[in-house]
Amino acid sequence: MNFNRRLALVVLAPGALLGLWLLLGAGLLFAALGPADRAAVADTLAPLIDSHGMLVVLWWFLAALGAGFVAFRLYARYGEAPARLADATRVLAGDAAAPPLPPQAGTGMRALGEAINALAGQRRALQDDMARLIAEASRDVALQRDQLAALMAELEQSVVVLNLEGRILLYNARARALFRTLSQAPGGVAGAELIGLGRSIHAVIDRALIDHAREGIARRIARGDAQASARFVTTTPLGHLIQVSLAPVRAAADDKGDITGFVLLLDDITDEYEARSRQDRRWLDLSEASRASFASMQAALDMLDYPDLEPADRERFQAVVRDEVGVMSHRLTTLAADASHDMKTRWPLQDMLGADLAAAAAQRITAETGQEVDTVAVDADLWLSVDSFALIQALAFLAARLAEALDAPRFALRLAPAGGRAHLDLAFQGTAPGLDLAGWQTRPMQTSDAPSPLTVRDVVERHGGELWLEHARDGSGALFRFLLPVAAGTVAQVPAPGESRPAYYDFDLFAASAQSRESDERALSEIAYTVFDTETTGLDPAGGDEILQIGATRIVNGRLLASECFDQLVDPQRSIPEAGIAVHGIRPEMVRGKPTLPQVLPAFHAFAADTVLVGHNVAFDMRFLTLKENASGVRFDQPVLDTLLLAAIVHPGEDSHGLEAMAARLGIAVSGRHTALGDALATAEIFLKLLPLLRARGILTLGQARAAAQTSYYARLRY
Amino acid sequence: MIPELAPAKACAAKVLIADDEPNIVVSLEFMMKREGFEVLVARDGRAALEAIRRERPRLVLLDATMPGMSGFDVCEAVRADADVRSTCIVMLTAKGRETDMARGVGAGADAYVTKPFSTRDLVQQVKDMLAKDTAARALATGSAGAGELPKDMPA
Repeated sequence: MNFNRRLALVVLAPGALLGLWLLLGAGLLFAALGPADRAAVADTLAPLIDSHGMLVVLWWFLAALGAGFVAFRLYARYGEAPARLADATRVLAGDAAAPPLPPQAGTGMRALGEAINALAGQRRALQDDMARLIAEASRDVALQRDQLAALMAELEQSVVVLNLEGRILLYNARARALFRTLSQAPGGVAGAELIGLGRSIHAVIDRALIDHAREGIARRIARGDAQASARFVTTTPLGHLIQVSLAPVRAAADDKGDITGFVLLLDDITDEYEARSRQDRRWLDLSEASRASFASMQAALDMLDYPDLEPADRERFQAVVRDEVGVMSHRLTTLAADASHDMKTRWPLQDMLGADLAAAAAQRITAETGQEVDTVAVDADLWLSVDSFALIQALAFLAARLAEALDAPRFALRLAPAGGRAHLDLAFQGTAPGLDLAGWQTRPMQTSDAPSPLTVRDVVERHGGELWLEHARDGSGALFRFLLPVAAGTVAQVPAPGESRPAYYDFDLFAASAQSRESDERALSEIAYTVFDTETTGLDPAGGDEILQIGATRIVNGRLLASECFDQLVDPQRSIPEAGIAVHGIRPEMVRGKPTLPQVLPAFHAFAADTVLVGHNVAFDMRFLTLKENASGVRFDQPVLDTLLLAAIVHPGEDSHGLEAMAARLGIAVSGRHTALGDALATAEIFLKLLPLLRARGILTLGQARAAAQTSYYARLRY
Repeated sequence: MIPELAPAKACAAKVLIADDEPNIVVSLEFMMKREGFEVLVARDGRAALEAIRRERPRLVLLDATMPGMSGFDVCEAVRADADVRSTCIVMLTAKGRETDMARGVGAGADAYVTKPFSTRDLVQQVKDMLAKDTAARALATGSAGAGELPKDMPA
């Protein structure tokens, strides 16, 4: 509208001005004339106005039309085009991805447009560069982190990285396995209440010990020792001895920056320590007992030297010597039997499934000799403690020597347990009298690929084992029998690295130190949460209904830590109504022998320590927990958030805030519905989706969320 | 080898052998008797302490590892008791570590002999110790008139 009116004004104004100019000129001329001339002119012109007046008006109109057209063109070029250009430039300024300006009419405008386009192009290129660099950098960082996490996962040692507050920001699978052995909690929890991102290490290691170690490091750094680290041994409630090495993490790579955290290397040295103490004890006992025996014998022998001994005395001293010799022999026999178990080779051996070793050895022997190897009689479940490379080399070497000495011997590998050890046999058909077994054992091994400085005997000794050649009585064949150590106990179950691996670190926690601890002031996005759910025998805790199962997971720094879970069945110590079984699927035999709630709750309390509790319709679950406060001795007094109430804030119009309806609304796939852990995981995902929706409504802190939830609670009560 | 037969009757000092190992007691008892000492035997620490208080032997051959009261305990108790404080104590022990030796001497043993030992050397040591003890006693009664003895007599 505005634009059109201005255009009309621009087009009409020249004609109007021209008309005015002409009229003014005529008026001036008329006024300048004397009265006689005026009358004469008027007389002359008056008749002409009627006849030729139209001509003048037409003349003016033509001029007005021409001027109007010129004004229109001028306006279009110098008025409208710059305005359009300005608008387009503004759009470009606001959004670098906007299309470039179209070519402008007029040389000046065209040049201007091109200049602006060039500028915008440069800016776009710059932005793209920047974005690419950022993407590359963050990809590099992500890659490095993943590599670090992968490295940590493979480490044989337990590694935990802490921030200055002692909160865990990285741990590896070994550390997790170690903490599982330290945990006093029932099996379904096992360590998850001790180790987890954002948790405090002080639950396991006394704060004073770590502080002491840190002071020591600070002193050494102050003295200029850049490589300062500390080492100490601590005991756990279950009596484990944990050796801890603590090294600072420096902000800068040159070891000059501020300390931002600590790396702990943890080692469970209980077994090693006990074995060593046992060995020391044995050695001491043996030396003392031997001294006593030798003293008795020596004294008796000294007495026997008296020439004038009565036969009875002589007999007495001889009896002493005989007695002591007997005692000492017996002592040595018992000791040897007892100690051989602890006498392990010092060579580092790795645990390996015997069947894997046999398969690899068979392959190698076939490659070496061209003979098939039978591995039917290999115990499939036996774990060995071996130096597999050297052992396979030894087997291949022996097989190659046999193949040289005999004509196409048929090989078989056998593996069987034997007492506390294992027999690994390389059996072969036929015998040849000229077998130089002793020579083979002590000659450096030479197989097809490379000479080895080791002899077969070395390999055997490396394992603290033995090797001999055994002939079948019926002459059908013979075998080389390796006596090998078996792996002690079961191999510690380390969670397979893979999808769960990235969950073991969160370096953003490095920064999370000086935040406000005033809980209501804390931002919702920064709080650590424990999201949980329970399955119960019924709906009335006061009327005797009990918890059957507790499932929980954690959210730290806005990330769901699905690998840090709490999943525990509970013996309700009462019957389970059939109606409930249809819902939760927990049958009486599933909970038989499980811990009771007073046993489980302390572990859950530890799991949820220092976090805000979150649940769906959580008031129901909290009632069960509160009723057990006295029996279990733990109180859940941390803040609690309810996803049901929070959902009512962000979606006030919806009438169903059930878990399934909400999951569907927020686009979350629920698996394991109606198991406590499955529901807890679903609730956690819903909670994470709710957080940005709450932020959009100005709810940023815990205090605001609690207040809003309360309002919506009362709102719900009213309807 | 055969210890020299000293003039036995002249120093018929009372000696206590405290050891729970009968096999060594047999030999020590036989030898000390042959050497002319009056020999008492105790089978454990408590009996040894009682015998020391009752019989007042000049010297005790004390085993360190005995059931109940250990030789170290007996030694400490003797040194704490004014009546028997001056008893010479030779600890005979299978405990050969330096720490054990330090403890024995610290507890007040005059000599610490690690098993096994030569009986001839032991007899010589006992005789030397008693001779020195006699001389010191004479000196003490002569000069100060008191029965107090220097405790840290070198072995």
